[in-house]
Amino acid sequence: MSEYEMVVGLEVHVQLKTRTKAFCNSPTTFGAEPNVNTCPICLALPGALPVLNAHAVELAVRAAVALGCTVHGTSIFARKNYFYPDLPKGYQISQYDRPLATGGRLVGVGITRVHMEEDAGKSIHDRYTGATAIDLNRAGVPLIEIVSEPDIRSAHEARRYLQTLKQVLEYVDVSDVDMEKGSLRVDANVSARRTGETKFGTKTEVKNMNTFSGVEKALEAEFARQVAVLETGGRVVQQTMLWDGAKGEVRPARSKEESHDYRYFPEPDLPPLVLTDAYVDRIRRALPELPDARRARFREQYGLGDQEIDELVADIPLAAYFEETAKASGNAKTAANWMRGELLAALRAGGGDVQTFPVRPKALAELLGLVGEGAVSHTAARTIFEKMIATGEGAGRIADREGLRKVSDDAALEQWIGEVRTENPTEWARFQAGETKLQKVLVGLVMKKSKGKADPQRVNQLLAGGV
Amino acid sequence: MAVTFDDVRHIASLARLSVSEERLPALAGELNAILAHMEALQRVDVSGVPADLAAGLTPMPLRADGGEQLRLARPREAFAPDMRDGFYLVPRLATHEDVDE
Amino acid sequence: MKADFARAAGLNIILAQDPEARPSVDHGPLHDIPVAIKDNIATLSMPTSCGSRILEGYVSPYEATVVSRLRAAGAVIACKTNMDEFAMGSSTEHSAFGPARNPVDPTRVPGGSSGGSAAAVAAGVVPIALGSETGGSVRQPAAFCGVVGVKPTYGRVSRFGLVAFASSLDQVGVFGRTVDDSALAMQIIAGRDPMDATSADIPVPEYRTAAARPVSTLTIGRPLEYFPDALDPAIRARCDDVLAKLRDAGATIRDVSLPHSGLAIPVYYIIAPAEASSNLARFDGVRYGLRVTGDGLTAMYEATRSKGFGAEVTRRILLGTYVLSAGYYDAYYKKAQQVRSLITQDFHNVFNSGVDVLFTPTTPTPAFKIGAVSDPYEMYLNDIFTCTANLAGNPAISVPIGTVNGLPIGGQLIAPHFDEQAMFAAAYAVERL
Repeated sequence: MSEYEMVVGLEVHVQLKTRTKAFCNSPTTFGAEPNVNTCPICLALPGALPVLNAHAVELAVRAAVALGCTVHGTSIFARKNYFYPDLPKGYQISQYDRPLATGGRLVGVGITRVHMEEDAGKSIHDRYTGATAIDLNRAGVPLIEIVSEPDIRSAHEARRYLQTLKQVLEYVDVSDVDMEKGSLRVDANVSARRTGETKFGTKTEVKNMNTFSGVEKALEAEFARQVAVLETGGRVVQQTMLWDGAKGEVRPARSKEESHDYRYFPEPDLPPLVLTDAYVDRIRRALPELPDARRARFREQYGLGDQEIDELVADIPLAAYFEETAKASGNAKTAANWMRGELLAALRAGGGDVQTFPVRPKALAELLGLVGEGAVSHTAARTIFEKMIATGEGAGRIADREGLRKVSDDAALEQWIGEVRTENPTEWARFQAGETKLQKVLVGLVMKKSKGKADPQRVNQLLAGGV
Repeated sequence: MAVTFDDVRHIASLARLSVSEERLPALAGELNAILAHMEALQRVDVSGVPADLAAGLTPMPLRADGGEQLRLARPREAFAPDMRDGFYLVPRLATHEDVDE
Repeated sequence: MKADFARAAGLNIILAQDPEARPSVDHGPLHDIPVAIKDNIATLSMPTSCGSRILEGYVSPYEATVVSRLRAAGAVIACKTNMDEFAMGSSTEHSAFGPARNPVDPTRVPGGSSGGSAAAVAAGVVPIALGSETGGSVRQPAAFCGVVGVKPTYGRVSRFGLVAFASSLDQVGVFGRTVDDSALAMQIIAGRDPMDATSADIPVPEYRTAAARPVSTLTIGRPLEYFPDALDPAIRARCDDVLAKLRDAGATIRDVSLPHSGLAIPVYYIIAPAEASSNLARFDGVRYGLRVTGDGLTAMYEATRSKGFGAEVTRRILLGTYVLSAGYYDAYYKKAQQVRSLITQDFHNVFNSGVDVLFTPTTPTPAFKIGAVSDPYEMYLNDIFTCTANLAGNPAISVPIGTVNGLPIGGQLIAPHFDEQAMFAAAYAVERL
């Protein structure tokens, strides 16, 4: 199969998180009773007219800028005409040859265009026998459609593109990008060609992928199907394929026998959308630091490696927590290690999120400070951390109260060493005789005896020095 | 560009209109006669003329994201052909998809 | 004042009436004046059927902005008037509810598509009526019925609640017995509406003050393309007589040319049906209006729309779908829009050369007999002098200028964009002759 390569372009529809719909004041709330979020405009009553939501424009521009696109000063809305019961006007207001933005890039994949359009309602086929139930609450919700170039060459790359896309859109807060709730939807165009060939093969459209892993599997399945066709000398037929997650296979969509002649023409009810340079610049300047820029900065500023960065930049609150801790403790590396280790483990165990985690950055910094200056051992620190989570008390206080501070006092150390010697005469004798490897074991025993309080460095020195 | 019977069948289908076979010749004839008058447009030189878009003379005005939902003076059920439990009902698509378009 | 419904007897110009209607406010410039509303404008009382079976009995749950403004001025919404189905026609013979008749001669058409509204004013049922324009549907019936009919600049009046036929051409228009009544009504309904993104944010002046403008300050253009050799000599004579009298009264008359006028009908009959085919897609039997059940969804759509739409509407939807369809868009729709720009430019050029208004005949003939015109294209030629103003967006008015063989004819005045004052000034002057 490596003599063939997969060629994939992704079309992603994203619901913008506005309070009201694209062209009317009906609310966009999810899960409302059927058809209550409708009005004459989104019901397409005779005589109704669309008026565009300013905030939808703002969010769409924000997304386009975050994806590196050129936002066009003038863009035109167009009617995409087709009949479907959940499309009240019999056309969708979208954008066709003059879209909002073009020419972006994300993790090495080109973005052809970002355009604005409205969502359709929902058709529910299995609620009543012999009938389809139509709920138009979703009709008119503002969407952006993000179309990638056919630059993707593997299912894994597709997943990475989607994950990064989701992350970026979350960062700039334009959408909930929740595939389960339908605020992020993915369709794929897939073709196969001999590796090294530059011409594109016939593509099929793959729909109904409801998770990122579903996308990966669907792409692989469709690629395999196309390769099988090509290998037997057949030709790939242009058609729509549906992913069946339950069966793990793609199958052709049952006839949409009408030819998709959408008869696009400029929407006469909406004059051109004109955006000034000042408007776009304002949005660009107000963007939060995007994942890529943050990655680069963490590398530079904190000297972190890729693995560490990936885990910490994963979500905005975690990255913010890290930065606060790093600044407060003055040691980014230890902060990173502690967060990737103990903190994430605690979060997973407790099931909460970092914003409501009981230990706040400054408190963690205090603990890390104690570790850094050698006042507590690593083992003790873990114990202190657990107690900090449970009681909310400061690290220093807990260390003092529980007597967890490291003991470097030679007298106390020698006392414990003495006890270990008495309790482990054989090992001691062998160590004395020259088996230096046993030093580690003996240090471990001293640590146990001291309940972690002994200063392991000093214990090593004393043992090596021949106590 | 003469309109054929097949053309008429095709556009009728696109427009969700049923046209009886008996009516086809008359309709095709009428459409062709009308379109013949449009041929005059082919001879017009429009080089450099942008297509006159939506006739709004000013750029698009936008509206704020909020405000009151436009009210209906009577309930949807009062003018709907078939509603149940708040849903509009239509006959199940003969070749329905499990997928929302 | 009360609507005099008796005067409508036998004319089939009223589709619904509300004899109990009362003013919504206690005062206002139109206080207690009964107004007739064309049946494609949404009202809360009385159905809005658009002259079609597909909306027979449909009562809109919201009201058009123009209706709200009339009511806020104290007017009484008295009745809904007959019209060509979905405003597609020039005679009101294409109504699903039977043809309307011209009050001057009930064997003849009142014109269309706003024939019912024109006739209601002509017959004396109401002093003011609203109609709609896409290709001349207010001016042409005004001329046929002997009343004043006004089409505002595109974007001057809100289209919110006007059932769309061709969105880039549609405007609500006004009928009155006099220029003054029409100017008053236009004053009240005009102005920016946030519910219509194509409505212009330009202040509305006091139109009736145009009556005071001296005719000697007007330069009036006579475009040669509107006085073709084939023009009915009686109409030509009446129009030239009007121009001569205006000259005697002090106006400057100038011969001008609008060279692309001959392309207006082909351009109009590509753009309007194209937009209509899309605007009428919402009539699918799902959420309102007629539903005819069939075996499955597609059958329901087809049965509903085929039963619900008449022959002219069907023809235009097919034509419109065709000119937008794959492979034909560039040659037809896009080309037509480009030629439209040339037509618009013709008006700009003439108005930029010192001409204040243009004067032309409104129609090539007076009202014809019901049933006399059966060829669709021949019917379309009724709009030959009116549709250029719709395509270019300019405001235009038809004023009665006498009769030919006892039938009223109209003189048309066309003004620059948003210069309704010049249009009214000239109209007042013509009316005074």
